[in-house]
Amino acid sequence: MGLLTVLLFLPVAGAIALLLLPRGNDRLVRIVTAVVTGVDLVLAGIVFFTYNVSAGGIQFTERLAWVRIPTTPQFNVDYYLGVDGLSTPLVLLTAFLSFLAVFISWNAIDTRVREYHILLLLLQTGVLGVFMALDFFLFFLFWEVELIPMYLLIGIWGSGRRMYAATKFLIYTLAGSAFMLVGIMLLYFNSTQATFDMFALANQNYAVPLKTLMFFFILTAFAVKLPVWPLHTWLPDAHGDAPTAISVLLAGVLLKMGAYGIFRILLMIFPDQMRTYAPLLVTIAVISIIYGALVTIMQPDMKRLVAYSSVSHMGYVLLGVAGGVTGLNMVGLNGAALQMFTHGTITGLLFAAVGVVYHKAHTRQIADFGGIAARMPVVATVFLIAGLGSLGLPALAGFVAELLIFLGSYQAYAWAAVLGAFGVLLATGYIMFMYRRVFFGPLNPRWAHLTDADPVDMVPLFALVAVIVLVGVYPTVLTRVFESGLQPILARLGG
Amino acid sequence: MNFLFLAPEVSVIVLALAVLLLDLVVRNKTALATIALVGLVAPLGFTIAIWNQQGTFQEALAVDPFSVFFKVFFLGIAALGLLSAIEYSDRFPRYRGEFFALILSAVAGMMLLSSATELMTTYISIELMSISFYALAGFLKDQKSTEASMKYLLLGALSSAILLYGMALFYGLTGETTYAALARELGSPVSQDRAVLLLALSLVIAGFGFKVSAVPFQMWTPDVYEGAPTPITALLSVGSKAAAFAAILRFFWIALPDTFPIDWSVLWVALSILTMTFGNIAALVQSNIKRMLAYSSVAQAGYVLLGLAVQTEFGRSAVLFYLLAYAVTNLGAFAAVIAISNRIDSDEITAYNGMAKRAPFLAAALTLCLISLTGLPPAAGFFAKFYLFSAAVQVGLAWVVVIAVINSAVSAYYYLRIVRAMYLLPADQETAVSAAPPTVAAVALASIGVIVMFLLANPLIALSDLASRTLAP
Repeated sequence: MGLLTVLLFLPVAGAIALLLLPRGNDRLVRIVTAVVTGVDLVLAGIVFFTYNVSAGGIQFTERLAWVRIPTTPQFNVDYYLGVDGLSTPLVLLTAFLSFLAVFISWNAIDTRVREYHILLLLLQTGVLGVFMALDFFLFFLFWEVELIPMYLLIGIWGSGRRMYAATKFLIYTLAGSAFMLVGIMLLYFNSTQATFDMFALANQNYAVPLKTLMFFFILTAFAVKLPVWPLHTWLPDAHGDAPTAISVLLAGVLLKMGAYGIFRILLMIFPDQMRTYAPLLVTIAVISIIYGALVTIMQPDMKRLVAYSSVSHMGYVLLGVAGGVTGLNMVGLNGAALQMFTHGTITGLLFAAVGVVYHKAHTRQIADFGGIAARMPVVATVFLIAGLGSLGLPALAGFVAELLIFLGSYQAYAWAAVLGAFGVLLATGYIMFMYRRVFFGPLNPRWAHLTDADPVDMVPLFALVAVIVLVGVYPTVLTRVFESGLQPILARLGG
Repeated sequence: MNFLFLAPEVSVIVLALAVLLLDLVVRNKTALATIALVGLVAPLGFTIAIWNQQGTFQEALAVDPFSVFFKVFFLGIAALGLLSAIEYSDRFPRYRGEFFALILSAVAGMMLLSSATELMTTYISIELMSISFYALAGFLKDQKSTEASMKYLLLGALSSAILLYGMALFYGLTGETTYAALARELGSPVSQDRAVLLLALSLVIAGFGFKVSAVPFQMWTPDVYEGAPTPITALLSVGSKAAAFAAILRFFWIALPDTFPIDWSVLWVALSILTMTFGNIAALVQSNIKRMLAYSSVAQAGYVLLGLAVQTEFGRSAVLFYLLAYAVTNLGAFAAVIAISNRIDSDEITAYNGMAKRAPFLAAALTLCLISLTGLPPAAGFFAKFYLFSAAVQVGLAWVVVIAVINSAVSAYYYLRIVRAMYLLPADQETAVSAAPPTVAAVALASIGVIVMFLLANPLIALSDLASRTLAP
């Protein structure tokens, strides 16, 4: 059994272990989950730091035949795992945020604790699988595995219109992936090799109309997941009503599945279509950035505000990709890839901080607050760092990514880069506006007895701050890894 | 005459008669079920003994791996059905013997049907299966059950007549009844009168369509499924459906020659789209779980019909694998419904509220089965759908697959309504719901089957592939 398999299925083993624990000991459930996700984080760290960047390419490969139907037409599915510079940071991010999710949930989740942690672990396996699978069938499988745990996590432990949000999330994703499914089958049966191996499929020749059709089918799934305007409406509901830790994971890693799909599948298998339709993607990206930011400003609820800001931020990813594709430069692509990681940490931190406030105050309405910085100095400080990161302050992670994206897309689409930069201005508006109204000003007497974050809440907050600062000050730790993964993609594009 | 070829069916009939006779002397009625269950080992043994044979019994029954596949399949269905019926049959304690015996005779009909390679044999096998089910549907003797039985009988008789008329036309055109001879005659230019052929073919499709509840021949399904005893609903939804699909496959592949002037693929495509779309939309608004599962089974039949439209061996093997996965999944779902409904005495979906707390195992198993019916991993249904849709894409039916996958996404809504009731909504009472060991065993076996068929899809697909390739006259 290879390292990736252990990393991938350790959470499932943990979930089974939780089933066997004696009833009613919630503390034990949390400790076991923390240990399992902690070990998984260590394994992900080993993968990340022992990945040979200078050699590049796919490493830690594991390949087993799963289905072999030798009669014509052949039907072959491989259990094929591997990571490259593009996926190792995302694997690490997934393991990291899953580990923190246990601590974020420590005080916040007090009903049906065992079920919650079982689903959390199953979710982790699903997401990790997406980032490791190199067989398109396997990729699709993991893509769908994550749905039911997420549905239940939002539906059972969520707030507000939780059932509506959970169902909407599920139906949107399913409808998107339905098209991807047809796209995958078309790829398979129109190739000369009977394989779902992504790299083999990338080297196949397809008729252009067919390939364009497949491109749009598969793009639909990723566009829903990313999400981009106008397919984004599930996001504010799901992120807004999910429990805090789940919002962190949704924003942190589930959206990245869509972005990762664009890099891994669309750029690799459909470079020509990406180039042809880059202007379309740029337009969608800019609309997402501006529209997302404008809607964000209007939100009266802190959590929904953070949720909507994701639409805007994921628009930057698409802008960087499309700009990089047209300009054939590494800068834009690398910025987009980095934005996947930094958005995961920064928005994760924002959600975590909002979660702490919500858990203490039982309200998320911005108008209800005022001056609570005096009562919650630690949360206020952390929130400020996350907010500044979100609006792209230098020396924090978000700045580097967005700068690279603007540089990369300016060459090809100057107008889009300018409009995108305008989105940053709007971001400054909504973040500072919210921050001032919640934390500054005269203390609302209602909150006179509000207490600061508990020690267990501080674990995820400080951990995320550390990562955000580290990546902001020394982005090379990630960019050189991403670059090794993007090199072959850029080569395919002809750059 | 090789009587070994007939031994599986004969031994099931003998077993049914033995159960009937023992019913007169045995006091402990659960012993009857045990006898019926253990007795299934004999037909299973006979079936396995002929697994690699190719031949016919008097040109009426074909013996090939295709029929062996279905016979083992039906025996498995019978075992799971009997297991889940033991506790349920407390509702009619005086008639348990007849109940188990009729289940066995219905299974004998299914087994014969998978082998039937001659028009009369096909018809008689269908009747053996159907008449058993007409009686079984009415066992509860309450208003709904009686209505179900009556409705099924009347509409079933009508559909049999239609099927028979179609068969008579084929006989009239060719003067032959065996599939092999039919193929020979229909292939010759003499009997290529398109209008009559089309009429005959339409009548046969309508007759079979009734048995698989294809739209527009599905109107009996919800009422019969709701009124019949739940174990019978389970057997109807998987057994009679799969048997009818086996018969369709054999008839269309063996009796109709390659030179047949009508492209029947188009007919199945049309029926498939109608059936899956209607089934899914109708299922959305059901408040009774048995009615919902009835419409779900209509929708599932729609996917299988798409497999029929794929005129390749790949398509055939996909149909076989799909039926296998669907049968295990649906039996598991029904077994869980039997276990739960038996205690709470309601089939309303709202009565399932909070079931995750009252019956954690049953709720989890039912959820797994519903996930499988939706076609999501990690369940048999995921592989089955992927494989079946692949077969359709391979022959250029990608546009129908687009309709089918959108249908699947829609179906998630109503399947997850049950999950939502069980996990997301609070229970109106806290009492734990537990079921008798045989029912729990049926649920557990089916759930394990759903997972195992996902992980070990390869050998099962290979078996389906082998069976589909050895379909012989």
